[in-house]
Amino acid sequence: MVNTKVTLSGLTLDNPVIPASGTFGYGYEFAELYDINILGSFSFKGTTKEGRFGNPSPRIAETPSGMLNAVGLQNPGVEAVISEELPKLKKVFNKKVIANVSGFSPEDYAYTCERLDGEEQVGIIECNISCPNVHGGGMAFGASPEAAAEITRVVKKVTKKPVYMKLSPNVTDIKAVALACEEAGADGLSLINTLLGMRIDIKGRKPLLANRTGGLSGPAVFPVALRMVYDVYEAVKIPVIGMGGIMSAEDIVEMMLAGASACQVGAANLVDPFACKKIIEDLPRVMEKYKIKSLEEIIGGAH
Amino acid sequence: MTDSIFEILENKKLARDVYCMRLSGDTSQITRPGQFVNIKIDGLFLRRPISVCDAGGNVLTLIYKVVGEGTRRMCEMRKGVKLSLLTGLGNGYDTSKSGDRPLLVGGGVGTPPLYLLAKKLVSEGKRPCAVIGFNTKDEVFLEKELKALGVPLTVACADGSYGEKGFVTDALPGDYTYFYACGPEPMLRALCDAAHTSGQLSFEERMGCGFGACMGCSCKTKYKNKRICKDGPVLEKEEIIW
Ligand SMILES: Cc1cc2nc3c(=O)[nH]c(=O)nc-3n(C[C@H](O)[C@H](O)[C@H](O)COP(=O)(O)OP(=O)(O)OC[C@H]3O[C@@H](n4cnc5c(N)ncnc54)[C@H](O)[C@@H]3O)c2cc1C
Ligand SMILES: Cc1cc2nc3c(=O)[nH]c(=O)nc-3n(C[C@H](O)[C@H](O)[C@H](O)COP(=O)(O)O)c2cc1C
Ligand code: FES
Repeated sequence: MVNTKVTLSGLTLDNPVIPASGTFGYGYEFAELYDINILGSFSFKGTTKEGRFGNPSPRIAETPSGMLNAVGLQNPGVEAVISEELPKLKKVFNKKVIANVSGFSPEDYAYTCERLDGEEQVGIIECNISCPNVHGGGMAFGASPEAAAEITRVVKKVTKKPVYMKLSPNVTDIKAVALACEEAGADGLSLINTLLGMRIDIKGRKPLLANRTGGLSGPAVFPVALRMVYDVYEAVKIPVIGMGGIMSAEDIVEMMLAGASACQVGAANLVDPFACKKIIEDLPRVMEKYKIKSLEEIIGGAH
Repeated sequence: MTDSIFEILENKKLARDVYCMRLSGDTSQITRPGQFVNIKIDGLFLRRPISVCDAGGNVLTLIYKVVGEGTRRMCEMRKGVKLSLLTGLGNGYDTSKSGDRPLLVGGGVGTPPLYLLAKKLVSEGKRPCAVIGFNTKDEVFLEKELKALGVPLTVACADGSYGEKGFVTDALPGDYTYFYACGPEPMLRALCDAAHTSGQLSFEERMGCGFGACMGCSCKTKYKNKRICKDGPVLEKEEIIW
């Protein structure tokens, strides 16, 4: 028997597989397909203080080995998440969830996190300071170490739950942002969010996405994500949740060797709704193949 | 919704750039006309959404137009090739509102879902009639098949090379109880202005997942935000914001 358990800031997960925010809704679509309690946890759609419709369409474009999205944080707002989505989710998911939060000012983040702090279902708060698809917020905070630290501090003040800062790859030095978050009291880090990209419709001579740019994810970004997790693992002591392009159990092992304590799976869920289930079922086989008894042992093993 | 493997039985050209693919597999999740499937194509990341043209007895029929890389690869696939399809996607048309004499309006490759719809309406004892529009004669398809169901049919061609000259809205009958439509957005809009009854219209949007998880296909309606893939693709005339 292999041991797939991992721990994030005192929260033990049965396995390191966590659907990534924005690619798993609030879980119900998948709960119709399989028992989602097999997941380590899952990170729900980015939630903001007020409800948002998001960006105009088209919001999605295909790329070689991946996709661009410019959804723009569509969500019903934190009050509706607490009063409607979480109770519905409770019926299909009995583990702790990761609450993914976004905002347009430090006060926004503080407000939303304080509201979620009272929710027993929430195990970890994941602050998205890296959304490339909204203007005047999101990525702006993840782009500088000072702003990232400020958001970390205001959020830490309003919640007792572990706070993970979700970092942007669209920076020159991701280690500097990671260190700033650690120093400001972050309990962990999630990386990477999507890489800013673009496609142009040759016939129409215009960007394909209405938002012009979008965030690249999928297997195309895996090597970039892996390198960033590797670098950040060396720079900080707090745990790192690794993500970006994970499609298989082998990718999970590779990401953990780079330094991830757990992993999130994003775009893979969209093209294969059973992706997380397949990865979880395949993990023991892959662990046996590479003679891994316990996944916790291999975290950062490539350093 | 389910993910299952289908095997191509036949893949043949129907009209200019338009192909008909018949596949065998589990069609039990397809419960309403107007639903769609999402097809995984080797080497391409996102699936391709295509409407169900006909389904039953483990045979699925799709009609698609070659417009880009995915559909180009599809048209080259031979008999025996296996494909992963998500089936049972979308709300589909609600036939309970049709009245006795519903009108079906299709534009170009928006016509295929109207075939299964016509079949269902006929089986419910209703008397549907149809108007389908194309740019030109070489693009016309499904004419014989719809007529074979006993559906009175008008074909309109924009350039006058076949059938009535003009757009579908130039060829609408006077007498109908409700309408169902699928086609390019300008056609749908013109139809809503021209039609004297309420109706249901099927929309397209770029999709990430096709089953409601990513918010990639959202649109605003008069009542609430909807996902074209899950709460659509069929919307009611009264709720649409043009
Ligand atoms: C609900 C629904 C039902 C459809 N039914 C049919 C049908 O029965 N027959 C048919 O011929 N076509 C149908 N379409 C359109 C069909 O999905 C596109 O023509 C097809 O995805 C194009 O793929 P491609 O790789 O050839 O084109 P590319 O332009 O190379 O595709 C690039 C990306 O854009 C997406 N895309 C391109 N055009 C469209 C479009 N019009 N709508 C949505 N996504 C698009 C593709 O899926 C892909 O992700 C339907 C679309 C939707 C949303
Ligand atoms: C459609 C879509 C929506 C996303 N929405 C969010 C979001 O709301 N909040 C967030 O922190 N990340 C969001 N992301 C980023 C993912 O959580 C993840 O960081 C990224 O996609 C990389 O992983 P992947 O390559 O496995 O998709 C979204 C990604 C996609 C594809
Ligand atoms: S395409 Fe993902 S929600 Fe509609």
